[in-house]
Amino acid sequence: MSNMVNLSINGIAVSVKEGLTILEAAEKLHIKIPTLCYHKDLCIAGNCRVCVVEQTGNNKLVASCATPVSEGMEINTNSLKVRNCRKHIIELLLTEHREECTKCYRNGHCELQELSAEFQITNQDFIDLVPDKNYTVDRISPAIEKDDSKCIRCQRCVRTCAEIQSVGAIAVSHKGSEMKISTFFDRSLDEVVCTNCGQCIVHCPTGALTEKSYVEKVWDAIADPDVHVVVQTAPAVRIGLGEELGLGSGTRVTGKMVAALKRLGFDSVLDTDFTADLTIMEEGTELLTRLKRALVDGDTEVALPMATSCSPGWVKYIEHKYPEYLPNLSTCKSPQQMFGALAKTYYAKNIDVEPQNIVSVSIMPCTAKKFEANRPEMKDSGYKDVDYVLTTRELAVMIKQAGIEFEKLNDEHFDSIMGVSTGAGVIFGVTGGVMEAALRTAYEIVTGREVPFDNLEITPVRGLAGVKEASIQITGTKKEWNFLEGVELKCAITNGLQNAHKLMEAIKNGERTYHFIEIMACPGGCLGGGGQPFPVDNEVRLKRMQAIYEEDRNLPIRKSHENPEIVQVYQDFLEEPLSHKSHKLLHTSYVKREQY
Amino acid sequence: MTTTKKQLHRIDLIFKNDEDCKEILRKALSKPNQEIINEMVNSGLKGRGGAGFPTGLKWKLTAESKEKDKYVICNADEGEPGTFKDREILSRVPHKVLSGMAVCAKITGARKGFIYLRGEYKFLVPELKKEIRKFHDILDDLGLDFRVEIFLGSGAYICGEESALFESMEGKRGEPRNKPPFPTECGYLNKPTVINNVETLAHSYTILKFGAQKFRDLGVKDSRGSKVFSVSGDTPIPGIYELELGMTVQDFVDDFGDGDTKAVQVGGASGFLVPRKRFAKTTIGYQGKLTGISLPTGGSMMIFNSSRSMYNVLNNYLDFFEEESCGQCTPCRVGCQQLLKGIRAVKRGEKPTSYLDKLMKLTETMKLTAKCGLGQSVANSFSSIVENFREEMIY
Repeated sequence: MSNMVNLSINGIAVSVKEGLTILEAAEKLHIKIPTLCYHKDLCIAGNCRVCVVEQTGNNKLVASCATPVSEGMEINTNSLKVRNCRKHIIELLLTEHREECTKCYRNGHCELQELSAEFQITNQDFIDLVPDKNYTVDRISPAIEKDDSKCIRCQRCVRTCAEIQSVGAIAVSHKGSEMKISTFFDRSLDEVVCTNCGQCIVHCPTGALTEKSYVEKVWDAIADPDVHVVVQTAPAVRIGLGEELGLGSGTRVTGKMVAALKRLGFDSVLDTDFTADLTIMEEGTELLTRLKRALVDGDTEVALPMATSCSPGWVKYIEHKYPEYLPNLSTCKSPQQMFGALAKTYYAKNIDVEPQNIVSVSIMPCTAKKFEANRPEMKDSGYKDVDYVLTTRELAVMIKQAGIEFEKLNDEHFDSIMGVSTGAGVIFGVTGGVMEAALRTAYEIVTGREVPFDNLEITPVRGLAGVKEASIQITGTKKEWNFLEGVELKCAITNGLQNAHKLMEAIKNGERTYHFIEIMACPGGCLGGGGQPFPVDNEVRLKRMQAIYEEDRNLPIRKSHENPEIVQVYQDFLEEPLSHKSHKLLHTSYVKREQY
Repeated sequence: MTTTKKQLHRIDLIFKNDEDCKEILRKALSKPNQEIINEMVNSGLKGRGGAGFPTGLKWKLTAESKEKDKYVICNADEGEPGTFKDREILSRVPHKVLSGMAVCAKITGARKGFIYLRGEYKFLVPELKKEIRKFHDILDDLGLDFRVEIFLGSGAYICGEESALFESMEGKRGEPRNKPPFPTECGYLNKPTVINNVETLAHSYTILKFGAQKFRDLGVKDSRGSKVFSVSGDTPIPGIYELELGMTVQDFVDDFGDGDTKAVQVGGASGFLVPRKRFAKTTIGYQGKLTGISLPTGGSMMIFNSSRSMYNVLNNYLDFFEEESCGQCTPCRVGCQQLLKGIRAVKRGEKPTSYLDKLMKLTETMKLTAKCGLGQSVANSFSSIVENFREEMIY
């Protein structure tokens, strides 16, 4: 057991583990100290100074987030001195901040707004610094907007981009009054190494970083009588949306979400999980084909390990940082884009609507999906495959605007076709899920038997660990797959690009070899995506993770290849995995991008 | 009380050239570590960069650390407005500074040292490199495994703050770190580090040469030894002077003023302004139980005569801080902007004179909550100028 330290906070004695900060010790006493630059996911900055407290014997106040407890320490978190200083600090931040709360995208979700309400900053009369600031607003990227006039320079985004994502698209530049969060030579986020993952948005306390909203465009489409608006919903949306609408973290709201989407006026409410199952068919076959080329044909050129390509943040990351590994990326489009391509071909034909009259909308836990939908390659249906991408948060906004009492809705079912999904499709929303779904199908195709795990739950690939490794021994193969007999299929799974970086370095240095790797750009996978509700930390991610696995367990079909609509789409339209048609519609290519 | 003008005693220890550097070093290096530490502690030497931390204690704490890698860094990022003594020391007696570093390395176990040289002092590099090469030969002769490198700063004032200096050396943006931990435990590359001002290291040579007592004999009470002052402003004899600590500002002005001195800024822009009425009561030295009203200084003494507008002086300082704040912490980044814009608004009549009181309260918050010494000390010049020259702020 580690050493305990005795201290008192506001006169209350407490004994806590050595190494904890004053802030953490106060939390144990249920004393809340306000913070802004502090975030549980990130290293300590100690720069906003809002969390200052008084320590007996110290003539300065100390930042409680950055100061470790020490024996005999006496802390006051609410003295007159502390309160006056905090108030000053909030007032100072407001003078640099363009105060247009009612017009702000983060209105109601802003930590600075909350603090100024708490401290009743009503008669702030310091000089407004904004008019002399020449703030820039970057609205060029299709995914992320950056408004420097809302920035409080807490550097949470900078730490997120560097520590969690190992990207470094944004950093601090200049000093003094000109200090700001900037990109490489002040370029737009669209022109730098940014992966559009949106983790900066979920870690930003104010409206400085936000998603580009397409809510109005979608309302316009819904109101247009001449178009048929089809919506797809990603796996992680159904376990995140409730948080934005007053329900607790990890509440499963699939049925209510479908009901709400129908009430919003979408013509057809379908499921990205369907194309997640389709991805398994295509990607699984692609993997087996690559393995056959390597093991049977002795083709040394074949790129292994094969890497998943569902996470557009990861795809852009590898394009920037490891372009030499682009051949390793599965050529499969992400489920969103497979859906889009089918919506304007297979689906359009099925319901007998001209594809130009279809507007395809997706609801995603992700901001990078907005970028992905806008990639020039994503027009294989002859039209833009996905017209508008909304985040989980934007969908919540629409539900609120429509006056829908979400909690009271009765569950409804997805429409068909492209609305049937399996447990395998649902777990795409959690780190390890694509791997698990792929193994459930591939193992069975090769051996004719189910994966050798209780209740199909492949536990080694589950959990929030940064890099997970799993291997599965293939025995008793069917005749046509006997080249895989005895092969130990080696896999790795990572979440968060920092971990992707670690994995790629290990592969590059030859320290590790794998056949198949799953990489998700965001911590926890899509459930922790940049389009999910605030606030987020590992406690929230775990709850969402449990919800996804519950969803999987409760679905009647849990293997992609058993999805009847998947069987049907191959019969009626695509013929077989990796067919000429599926190559045209469901597969894509990638581009090398710059390092900055 | 005597009425005759007293001439301040000029000390000649720092710049006195010394031919027997190698012998002094050989003697010092042969002493047991504990003896050197005792000598340093007993001398009463405090940091000459301005903050005044006891040097012996700094060395002792670092020596006690069990870490294998340690560093000795000479802080030559002399950026405080009105200070130019480190430049002189480094160009005239660099071997003394290097010797101080070597002895410190010996007792702490550091094998690597750096001189963090202010970017604007780039012109010193060729000579300094030559001196370092000569010095390395001496160390080889004496058998001390220690090497010194120059690290050139890039011109940011904040990088003189020790933890920002480490960040800068590590290739990062020069931003002060949270403290604790302190450098003696976690400094450059998160290893125990002694970081001393140029002059401090030069004094340590004097102490090693003559012993602690000779150093203690100079100065007063809590402020021992001599100090190199950078004298500038309205004085007929600007320049560098080594004087004893403990003099009153009055004594100083009698010696260096032009007969019309209105105020003296002690310690540069981050120090205090002493108005004429306080000259006699204020001494120059470190604050301590025994010394009473005493002002520490990195050595900058700026003299202002009655032709100077104190509003302009303060405006100038705040302009400097507004630009030189690293910008990371709220009280310093925004506080400096508010103070600068605030006094301008009062001067222009856009804000009532009572706004000055609000700004005074703001400086109190900055002093209490800023992350590092920069933001904390802006209050010093602001409050001492506004309190004493309020009318000049308004009219």
